[in-house]
Amino acid sequence: MGIIKKIRKNLSSAFNKIFKRGKLHRIGIYGPPNAGKTTLANRIVRDFTGDVVGSVSDIPHETRRAHRREGVTIESNGSSITLDIVDTPGLATKIDFQDFMAKGLSEDESRRRAKEATEGVIEAVRWLEDLEGVILVMDATEDPFTQVNVTVIGNMEARNLPLLIVANKIDLDDSMPSRIKSAFPQHPMVPISALTGDNIDVMYDKIAEHFG
Amino acid sequence: MKGIQMDLISSDKLERLSSVEKIRMILDSVEDGKIIVLERGLTPQEETKLIEATMTKITPGEFAGIEIESYPGAVHQSWFDKLRKKPVDRARLTVIGPADQLKMLKRDRDVISAMVSAR
Repeated sequence: MGIIKKIRKNLSSAFNKIFKRGKLHRIGIYGPPNAGKTTLANRIVRDFTGDVVGSVSDIPHETRRAHRREGVTIESNGSSITLDIVDTPGLATKIDFQDFMAKGLSEDESRRRAKEATEGVIEAVRWLEDLEGVILVMDATEDPFTQVNVTVIGNMEARNLPLLIVANKIDLDDSMPSRIKSAFPQHPMVPISALTGDNIDVMYDKIAEHFG
Repeated sequence: MKGIQMDLISSDKLERLSSVEKIRMILDSVEDGKIIVLERGLTPQEETKLIEATMTKITPGEFAGIEIESYPGAVHQSWFDKLRKKPVDRARLTVIGPADQLKMLKRDRDVISAMVSAR
């Protein structure tokens, strides 16, 4: 680490300790549909409060409303950070009701879900402006170069806000978290399985370090 | 001749347009079944506005949304740029089209490969 970077980091840390003690950081969990955002939100909230945030499903856009859980205190390596965690609907640029029919839903149900999903995406986009940081969840079995990922990262960079990339689903054989790291090398990335809890403690360390 | 219209928009034209005008132009064209190639990419804020506007246009059975792909922005910022909070340069080529006609095949940091089909 360069000396100037070190000095800046220390100054920033000192500033935060002096002026931001006790401040709640509002962190959004973002990503494309079915990346595992709600599974991760449930994992975090369950580990530190014993509760859950929302239901999960293999049908895309299961989460169609943002859910905020206030005051989740994450303890890691002897330090702690208290966050408001916002689980957001999956971001997308297209929503085809026929995709829901292919998952076995009726046509009426599919049309209703498509309409609700569009409203959910709008809500997720609007939440971006009210956050102090983002955990961007990517499916480590999928191509990371998607417009949703690029857009979320671009927004955080433009506003100079902290971003932590979580490469989820490392319990699957075809996961390739290294592909995500090489796609977005400028941001910290932690490979995990929100489902099984693999490497989750490392993620908590990163959250405390990055958003604290 | 039957085919698919493709509009390649220069960075000069894009610079003259406001964000609202850009988004209106893109969505009007895509709803008409055109493929749009922007020489200069949208800003991150414009991208989120475009996503938001697209969601309001989606109608089951008629318009399913857009396919949009651009190269990631430059990743190298000097510490001085970061100190000044200078935004990352995102002026890179962007391809946008109707979701039911434009399918991205492969993309990496410098190449976008796409397939266009007729309605």
